Amino acid sequence: MTDTPKQKKQIVPNKAPMPAQDPAVRAKNFSEVATGYTRETAVAEAQRCLQCKKEPCRQGCPVEVDIPSFLKMAAEGDFAGAIAKIKEKNALPAVCGRVCPQENQCEKYCTLGKKHEPVGIGRVERFCADLELETGVKLPEVAPPTGIKVAVVGSGPAGLTCASDLAKLGYKVTVFEALHVAGGVLMYGIPEFRLPKAVVQAEVQNLKKLGVDIDVNSVVGKFSTVDELMEAGFDAVFIGTGAGLPYFMKIPGENLCGVYSANEFLTRTNLMKAYKFPDYDTPIKIGAKVAVLGGGNVAMDAARTALRLGAEESWIVYRRSDKELPARHEEVEHAHEEGVKFALLTSPTRINGDDSGVVKSMECLKYELGEPDASGRRSPVAIKGSEYIMEVDTVVVAIGQGPNPLVPRTTKGLEINKKGNIVASVETGATSKPGVYAGGDVVTGAATVIMAMGAGKIGARSIHEYLQSKKA
Amino acid sequence: MYKIVRKEVFSQIIKLMDIEAPKVAKSCQAGQFIILRIDEEGERIPLTIADFDREKGTITIVFQEVGKTTEQLGAMEEGQFIQDFVGPLGEPSHIEKFGTVLVVGGGVGIAPVHPIAKALKEAGNHVVGIIGSRTKELLFWEDKMRAACTELHVTTDDGSYARKGFGTDVIKEIAETRGKENIALVIAIGPQPMMKACCNVTREYGLKTVVSLNALMVDGTGMCGCCRVSVDGQTKFVCVDGPEFDGHQVDWAELSKRGAYFREEEQRSKEKKHTCKCGCGGGK
Ligand SMILES: Cc1cc2nc3c(=O)[nH]c(=O)nc-3n(C[C@H](O)[C@H](O)[C@H](O)COP(=O)(O)OP(=O)(O)OC[C@H]3O[C@@H](n4cnc5c(N)ncnc54)[C@H](O)[C@@H]3O)c2cc1C
Ligand SMILES: Cc1cc2nc3c(=O)[nH]c(=O)nc-3n(C[C@H](O)[C@H](O)[C@H](O)COP(=O)(O)OP(=O)(O)OC[C@H]3O[C@@H](n4cnc5c(N)ncnc54)[C@H](O)[C@@H]3O)c2cc1C
Ligand code: SF4
Ligand code: SF4
Ligand code: FES
Repeated sequence: MTDTPKQKKQIVPNKAPMPAQDPAVRAKNFSEVATGYTRETAVAEAQRCLQCKKEPCRQGCPVEVDIPSFLKMAAEGDFAGAIAKIKEKNALPAVCGRVCPQENQCEKYCTLGKKHEPVGIGRVERFCADLELETGVKLPEVAPPTGIKVAVVGSGPAGLTCASDLAKLGYKVTVFEALHVAGGVLMYGIPEFRLPKAVVQAEVQNLKKLGVDIDVNSVVGKFSTVDELMEAGFDAVFIGTGAGLPYFMKIPGENLCGVYSANEFLTRTNLMKAYKFPDYDTPIKIGAKVAVLGGGNVAMDAARTALRLGAEESWIVYRRSDKELPARHEEVEHAHEEGVKFALLTSPTRINGDDSGVVKSMECLKYELGEPDASGRRSPVAIKGSEYIMEVDTVVVAIGQGPNPLVPRTTKGLEINKKGNIVASVETGATSKPGVYAGGDVVTGAATVIMAMGAGKIGARSIHEYLQSKKA
Repeated sequence: MYKIVRKEVFSQIIKLMDIEAPKVAKSCQAGQFIILRIDEEGERIPLTIADFDREKGTITIVFQEVGKTTEQLGAMEEGQFIQDFVGPLGEPSHIEKFGTVLVVGGGVGIAPVHPIAKALKEAGNHVVGIIGSRTKELLFWEDKMRAACTELHVTTDDGSYARKGFGTDVIKEIAETRGKENIALVIAIGPQPMMKACCNVTREYGLKTVVSLNALMVDGTGMCGCCRVSVDGQTKFVCVDGPEFDGHQVDWAELSKRGAYFREEEQRSKEKKHTCKCGCGGGK
């Protein structure tokens, strides 16, 4: 690189590689796979940024993090400045830097990516956030208390972001969470080896320091309905209850022992720490050969988890071909590296059990790809006479989740669509019920962490406007 | 943290606790349950709400020590704290004026039928309580049940107290002597074999029978599907669709197989406690 600023910058074509545990080793442990940049690599990677005037990368980020500015600071070694810049828009950077599908978001639009590899925006973001968590977080400024109470239902990324923004505006926020810890899917779903739980809890602690009360063990719709919360003095409510209801295939044998929903499989492992059984009391049972049904991120997480729990073989069984796998490319690659096997263009029609009701095999059909369907993907068509038996001991069903009906069912006047999602405005998060806002997976169906956070932000802004106008 | 404010020892293996949980006590109803987790390493286990005091903000649980968690809980004393306690979960019992209702509680199942019997009587039903246990030592709450029901029948399997025999004998007798058309509903709660046996008897007489299923659970909010059971050929989640179902429609074989899936691990977990190094002597 030359010193004259006028001169065109020398382009470094490739991203600094992410240091990672060796696949053979990591497939047997639950420690984080990607170990993170060093200060030097983070600076070098940030220096690759061209500081494009039009900031195309920024438009790819659902919460519009000021990417060029934070990269500039990072490039100069000013990580405190960089993290402050990120946090203007993103309350959970240590999480997003790890789990955002950057290749479809910020990095997809990076100018460098046209001819070379894009800037590793997420990786630098993660480094800045981790450094801050290590060295102590500077709390943002909080407006003087307004004395107004707001309830947030659900402590996933949508709820946490909404709570954080409202607390900064001086509202007294209480987050009600059904489980015994806050974090939503970040705690019970995404595995420790991709997102250490300590990172999530550090973010939750910061939120508490802003004065947010987090009431765990509180199932809204059970101990209290949304209407009762409002009667009890909450002037507005944000619903971010996620998409936690597991779908099953509705094939015979699905209630056999050894058939888990991905939620159960991952919850036992992550939230209840079954991988530390018997030091932790919750068990999980895993056979020698595991089949995971589905091809999304959740399926990859389950298949990789199965290996770590001691499965000899872990298979992804998916109806379409590898091109259609909905999971992130990086996750599929990691799964391959660790030894996950793929039975593509395959779908089970029945699960068979032994005398004690435990899974022993699956009847499968082979598929071929036909015409593109409404989603533009080529739809799979079963091949006649292609039935075969796949021996398996454990089956994990990872074909998707819907919204949990508990809150919709118990809230008067809340409009719900056919799939059971809460109907809320994209621009404001407003629902059909005055004073009640919603966002995240419960509105959109299963999406991403950063989308849920974006919805939480919008919800907070609208609740603020609503409460201001009510006061006036 | 949730305080144990009172402990009563019914027998070596059956214990009662009043737990301070005002949020649960405020809104709970008969038929619902809670999930508790004793400490950081603990498992989440479901227990039925056996009684509640809205004013004091307490929930009564009665449990039988069958494994790691219930034994650990049984070793705890008044004044100690439980880390997590969430509820009320599940749908409340359907209470209305039916007429004559047989309320059958077997073993530790006497506890969960108590609030249901009470609510049914308050709703104007003629409540015939039938409670039983293996032996005299395991029987509890006879007085409370007598107060909650219009009439009460007591059995022990071994005849060590009251009438020798099973609750099913009493059901048969009442159906024969008073006429099945004079019985509007049977509610049976207890160990799976007992509920199944009751259903077999009531099926003969065509008596509608409600049971409360104790499937394995993790979250208790409909998120994991661990508690699924086939009822009338359809998959239901016990924690949110139940725990009460029409006993004649339940696939008991499936339920019992699913319940036994982790037996080896449960055994390991129970044994581990006796080798713990914290010096507590196994109570943890
Ligand atoms: C296994 C898995 C892996 C994933 N991997 C990625 C990834 O790599 N990158 C990515 O961007 N996204 C990923 N996602 C998706 C992402 O996690 C979700 O889109 C996101 O968490 C949604 O956030 P949310 O706040 O809407 O809901 P959630 O995170 O689902 O949180 C909802 C919370 O509400 C609570 N709740 C529900 N009902 C009630 C009630 N009645 N009362 C009180 N509390 C209630 C729940 O217990 C939960 O804690 C993954 C999802 C899964 C399941
Ligand atoms: C809705 C519901 C309400 C319940 N109410 C009560 C109650 O009021 N009093 C009471 O004593 N018990 C009740 N149970 C059963 C109680 O949850 C189990 O006894 C407890 O989870 C056992 O935990 P453990 O660690 O002590 O034993 P474990 O070592 O986990 O299990 C020991 C034995 O108990 C069986 N078991 C384990 N979990 C359950 C379970 N969830 N349901 C039934 N059997 C199980 C196992 O198959 C095994 O045979 C209820 C269960 C449900 C689902
Ligand atoms: S939040 Fe996600 S999309 Fe936005 S800049 Fe960071 S990594 Fe990219
Ligand atoms: S598009 Fe890429 S190179 Fe341009 S400013 Fe954004 S990160 Fe930097
Ligand atoms: S216990 Fe998880 S869905 Fe019922």
